[in-house]
Amino acid sequence: MTENKTKTLGVITPQVMHIESPLSLSGGSVLPRYDLTYETYGELNAEATNAILICHALSGDHHVAGLDADNKAGWWDGYIGPGKPIDTDQFFVVCSNNLGGCRGSTGPSTLNPETGKVYGPDFPIVTCRDWVNSQNELRKHLGIEQWAALVGGSMGGMQVLQWAIDYPDKLRHALVIAAAPKLSAQNIAFNEVARRAIMTDPDFNEGRFIEHNTTPKQGLAQARMLGHLTYLSDDMMGSKFGRERRKEDLQYNYDVEFQVESYLRYQGEKFATKQNFDANTYLLMTKALDYFDPASEFDHDLSKTLAQATAKFLVVSFTTDWRFAPARSHEIVKALLDNDADVSYAEITSEHGHDAFLLPNDHYKGVFTAYMQRVLQDSLAIESTSESAQ
Amino acid sequence: MSEITQLTPEFKLISEWITPNSRVLDLGCGDGQLLKHLIDTYGVTGYGMEIDPDKNIQAMQKGLNVIQSNLNSHDLADYFDENSFDYVIMTQALQVVGRPDQLLEDMLAIGKQIIITFPNFGHWRNRAQLLLKGRMPKTDTLPYQWFDTPNIHMCTFNDFEDLCEEKNIEVVARTVVNAEHRSSFGMRIAPNWLGEVALYKVQKKSS
Repeated sequence: MTENKTKTLGVITPQVMHIESPLSLSGGSVLPRYDLTYETYGELNAEATNAILICHALSGDHHVAGLDADNKAGWWDGYIGPGKPIDTDQFFVVCSNNLGGCRGSTGPSTLNPETGKVYGPDFPIVTCRDWVNSQNELRKHLGIEQWAALVGGSMGGMQVLQWAIDYPDKLRHALVIAAAPKLSAQNIAFNEVARRAIMTDPDFNEGRFIEHNTTPKQGLAQARMLGHLTYLSDDMMGSKFGRERRKEDLQYNYDVEFQVESYLRYQGEKFATKQNFDANTYLLMTKALDYFDPASEFDHDLSKTLAQATAKFLVVSFTTDWRFAPARSHEIVKALLDNDADVSYAEITSEHGHDAFLLPNDHYKGVFTAYMQRVLQDSLAIESTSESAQ
Repeated sequence: MSEITQLTPEFKLISEWITPNSRVLDLGCGDGQLLKHLIDTYGVTGYGMEIDPDKNIQAMQKGLNVIQSNLNSHDLADYFDENSFDYVIMTQALQVVGRPDQLLEDMLAIGKQIIITFPNFGHWRNRAQLLLKGRMPKTDTLPYQWFDTPNIHMCTFNDFEDLCEEKNIEVVARTVVNAEHRSSFGMRIAPNWLGEVALYKVQKKSS
């Protein structure tokens, strides 16, 4: 029993970092000051060589592992914790809510100190690069010279790539999972449909819904239904729902007829009503995704772009992921191979589509664990070098 | 030292052909034993490629750079530029791929030299079984039934060398051994009758 008790992270209390130095954003504006809310797990060692930053995806937040005040497990709790692939007995793990988020970091739903009002639609659009710059402030704040590893899935993986390009000497390993070097036209199109759903909701009030005391629930629900659909695979939906109906007899009306409709409505509804996710944040995150294209600064040559990177890479994709398909990860791997970089690549067989990066899977777990051992070996090697130098 | 004694005889023979500090791609690297040995002992750099998930993990546990890939796909040409490697190694996999001739070409495009090993279908025991029993041979090196064998493109040493000739490929070195990876006088005199496994080092003919 006691063994079991020591094997969980328990309840984690988020912390807040106030940054007073201005942040110049990609869009041209300057954020004079901002907060980042973050959680940490495990202990930072004396030489600060065992720190790992987790970057979250579109609707994620800083609560990645352990339990929150409501006893809710973190979104990647299956892979982070004592004895898990990212072992908090070995590593000091950090995860922050992205700037522009709605879980405590400065964003559209927080107060603008200049006006004393909620930012709402006036909060500037931020990009992956802006996120990385703000996370770099967190790195300094925590006294970490170099991350042992950066880890992220989906939009999180894009931040990891951006880190490796912009701050090559600030990380030793980059784990890029179910990501892409940029969005395709189809990806952007899906985002645009989601944004239209939110922005045309009468309760959106041109983004000033907090001031109007409304929530664009319909729009959020529809955006989520669409997004959720792109996270699943045809195979998985087929095996889970098929053409299964709610009622035995066909109704010939527009109510929910098939179970899959019911499931999607439920997912949308849950997101719009229970999660308290800020609609402006949703818009902002999808925009940041659309804008992500680091190679655009290097003649649209990803190999040239990643020539900056000195980190060692693990790239992971999932066979039925069509949002960021294995071919997109191949592009990243190819660019790294062009630079003779240290890179490993795993293509995990899963029926769960894009969502697979969050779900249990033996091969995925095995790869993750094996690679994190390598990260650990490198951390220990650096620690012993710095010890012998003293 | 213990690493070396654990190394399979085939891998030992291959190691002898590798120039130190060269750049190596190991196709179908399995658990990474050979590549790890080459890195530790000869200071080579490079990658392993392996399709099997468990072997992938085992290779990764050795700290190797492993790319999960299917040898039947066109990953090689997609991933690597011409002459990216000093050696492209492939052990006991030529006979399992969809188009060995095309893979050979892909390997020659990205590697200056290729080291390849495969079982000899022309060994006298195979010939005898087919001749006397009229059935597909089953031996220690080829233990499968005709219907479940992964070895879909068996060839003899002569067949392989014919293909090399046709494709303008030069055989730089050849070692013919038995199943225990020992050579004998007979194998040197009549390799295509007596050899069970061949190790070839080949390259594009310079012309």
